Amino acid sequence: MAGGEPLVEVTDLVKHFPIKQGLLIDREVDQVRAVDGVSFSVPRGQTLGLVGESGSGKSTVCRAMLQLLAPTSGSVRFEGQEIAGLSRRQMRPLRREMQMIFQDPYASLNPRKRVGQIVGEPLKLQGVASGADLRKQVRELLDRVGLAAEHYDRYPHEFSGGQRQRIGIARAIALKPKLVVADEPVSALDVSIQAQIVNLLDDLQDELGLTYLFVAHDIGVVRHISDRIAVMHHGKIVEQGTADQVCEHPSDDYTKKLLAAVPIPDPRESRARRAAAGST
Amino acid sequence: MARFVVRRLAGMVLVLFAVSVLTFAIFNLIPNSPPAQRLAGKNATPTLVKSIEKDWGFDEPLPVQYFETMKKIFTGELISYGDQLNVDERIVEGIPASFSLAIGAAVIWLSFGILFGFLSATRAGGWLDRALTVGSVGGISIPVFLIATLFLYFLTYKIELFPASGYVPLLEDPIQWAYHLLLPWFTLAILNIGFYSRVLRSNMLDVMREDYVRTARAKGLDERRIMIRHVLRNSLIPIITLFGLDFGATLFGGAIITEVIFSLGGVGQYAAESITNLDLPPLLAITIFGAFFVVLFNALTDVVYAYLDPRIRLGSSAR
Amino acid sequence: MSPGALLSARDLRVGFATEGGLLQAVDGVNFDLAGGEVLAIVGESGSGKSVTAQTILGLTRSPNAEIGGSVKLGEVELLDASDAELRKVRGERIGMVFQDPMTSFNPVYRLGDQIVEAIRAHRGDVSKTEGRARAVELLDSVGIPDAERRVDDYPHEFSGGMRQRAMIAMALALEPEVLIADEPTTALDVTIQAQVLHLLERLNRERGVATILITHDLGVVAEVADRVMVMYAGRVVEEGTLDEIFYDPQHPYTWGLLGSLTRLDRPRPKRLPQISGAPPSLLSLPQGCSFRPRCPHEFSKCPQMPPLEARVPDSSSHCDRCWLSPEQKRAKREVGGRIGLEAPA
Repeated sequence: MAGGEPLVEVTDLVKHFPIKQGLLIDREVDQVRAVDGVSFSVPRGQTLGLVGESGSGKSTVCRAMLQLLAPTSGSVRFEGQEIAGLSRRQMRPLRREMQMIFQDPYASLNPRKRVGQIVGEPLKLQGVASGADLRKQVRELLDRVGLAAEHYDRYPHEFSGGQRQRIGIARAIALKPKLVVADEPVSALDVSIQAQIVNLLDDLQDELGLTYLFVAHDIGVVRHISDRIAVMHHGKIVEQGTADQVCEHPSDDYTKKLLAAVPIPDPRESRARRAAAGST
Repeated sequence: MARFVVRRLAGMVLVLFAVSVLTFAIFNLIPNSPPAQRLAGKNATPTLVKSIEKDWGFDEPLPVQYFETMKKIFTGELISYGDQLNVDERIVEGIPASFSLAIGAAVIWLSFGILFGFLSATRAGGWLDRALTVGSVGGISIPVFLIATLFLYFLTYKIELFPASGYVPLLEDPIQWAYHLLLPWFTLAILNIGFYSRVLRSNMLDVMREDYVRTARAKGLDERRIMIRHVLRNSLIPIITLFGLDFGATLFGGAIITEVIFSLGGVGQYAAESITNLDLPPLLAITIFGAFFVVLFNALTDVVYAYLDPRIRLGSSAR
Repeated sequence: MSPGALLSARDLRVGFATEGGLLQAVDGVNFDLAGGEVLAIVGESGSGKSVTAQTILGLTRSPNAEIGGSVKLGEVELLDASDAELRKVRGERIGMVFQDPMTSFNPVYRLGDQIVEAIRAHRGDVSKTEGRARAVELLDSVGIPDAERRVDDYPHEFSGGMRQRAMIAMALALEPEVLIADEPTTALDVTIQAQVLHLLERLNRERGVATILITHDLGVVAEVADRVMVMYAGRVVEEGTLDEIFYDPQHPYTWGLLGSLTRLDRPRPKRLPQISGAPPSLLSLPQGCSFRPRCPHEFSKCPQMPPLEARVPDSSSHCDRCWLSPEQKRAKREVGGRIGLEAPA
């Protein structure tokens, strides 16, 4: 597993959303501090898991990092290059290197386009391939994510949630990016399918040397796939470390609370835990 | 709330300004004979035309003309080009007819629209629903002038059931007032009954699928209570807002065609005449007052909406 | 009907007529719920667990629904009860809590008013003031702070967790004998989920309300359930006590579910054990055992539908739908030192 110098380095990233008020003219009176000074780095080829509950800011971090939202302040270095504050035109060539997988497999695919079009679109837009070569590459991608060649001409609604997520993954890796940001990629899926998708992402990482930022609220899944974990709460990272460090020896109170709240799928342990809690 | 009122007033001023400028500009840009010429009449000498121009101020630059005309609207001194009578007075004369028409029609179209929409939704797919759907679509499709003409032909001419024209003031003779307005009311209402019943039907069918309706059922409420207190109440919110805008537009002479066909002598008819005669002053005045009512009802609609839906609160920042 | 059972289902079947044919959402479900017991119904999407729960209260009745079998509450047959009889049961003898607290309350009425509405629908003699006082009591009993003031708030002014508590309070307002909770914590954050689960567990313990808990989360099941019923493609594939299901599971699907759980208290496996394939379309089920296409242990007997039977000696209440013998099952379910379906790579 490759380590060493970071692919992405985020320093003091801040994203505030203004709250405006005023009699005639809106003036900013306060801010929603969605991301309030967040710093982390992701070594090449590794996975950083970002875990937090709703409102913690983890989705906003993804978008601000990829410049889908302009950060209020802070630095984002991709392969050493500063990308925070770049214009859309300047970002365009960099977009090939960083892609995103979204949470809702039902909303993140254009229902009017065929699967082949959806997966091939990034290749087309970036001018990488066209015509027969494009179709060939798309078929290879579909195969790699576990879909069949005949799925090329179908529409998203003909697929299950897990399959749609595979389509989304195929689209994300089409341009052979270096960084993939997965924003809750398995939360909307059935438990038995979640494992399939997580395993697929793992395999792709090994095959393609991908670097992942994996965002989720399920700390169990995050722990499985991540090398390092950062815990977010109210826009800040309250704890950061290797996956084992954070899950087995948490130092922050919120992290402890989060871990304690996860139900133990083992009746004896669960009873023991409750007895211990009841006797204190 | 103060924030809301201030903003709406400011918005209103801007809208009225924009509307008046636009109307004024259009009038002066479209090809027509100069008003001075028309005022002078046939066989006018150039000197006569010139002196009229001077009297009326047509030799002034356009912005000045605009300003002067607007001033006269608000001081009540505006004179129309055509019959040279006071515009504001004539408008005031026409208001009772226009208001009577709009309010009466509104009552009819709201009552029937909601009734038919409710029946359609609660019996969706059944024969009554299909019949009402056909009726609604028909009502929406048939042009107002056709309905009016059919009414006139069958109910005032073939069978002399209703008077064909004229407006009788309410205070003079309430029965005649209503009698004369019955056909105009229904003419205007038919289109909206069709439209509102479709919208309510659609809203109700959506709301019936909402989770909170399922909760109400699971609580053991009876169907009637569920339909009215939960489904209808929530479905009416968009209807009320729609109504606010429609009514505001109709109130001040928006029902031009109906007024003209039934010769009600209201503001709408005055507007129609002014358009035909290319008479700017009444047009400008009517447009501005009309815009005022639209903006006013727009604002009132927002207030009512906030009252009906507690998730919307005016003037406060989004949470 | 078992003696002592409060709520019993026998051969419950629910089918929906769709454009693609008859969709059999529930195909022959039996269960018995004893007083004070917590029965967890576990399954994924398409398993039929929610349809089962909603059918108990007659919420799935519609022109294109075919409902058969029997569901008895005491002596009352619910499936063919009249609307009036059903209304008397809803809220008063069986209370229900739904999944999404954000949409389960009517947004235009105050929360307290909606609770009072539930009360007065069954107790017409209760005045509005008495009703409001009772609503305050209820909100307080489920841990909503400042209940006296908050009873007049609108639903959108409550957080998701608070709304779910209020839903539970409302469902229990008339002290029903049974509470049905359909995925009550799925839409909540994990820390809030823990609180709501704790509440449900406390209410069950203190008031003895028999509970049917619908969920896909085995962690939740381990915390609160007494008995567990595992559903797949509209049928029950395994049923037993909590310990039986977790420590002696008999059906491959259950092994798969248990295997794909992430355990924070154990070292990470190299690969997450998964169940390959996807739940079948209810319109085109495989012949025989519905789990066949995804089961690595399929053999010659599987094309014949296995009946739900108790196969484990000395465990008459532990039933499953798999032809393998208990010895074969014990051997096959052991993968990589834990229970699972496939050996993790």
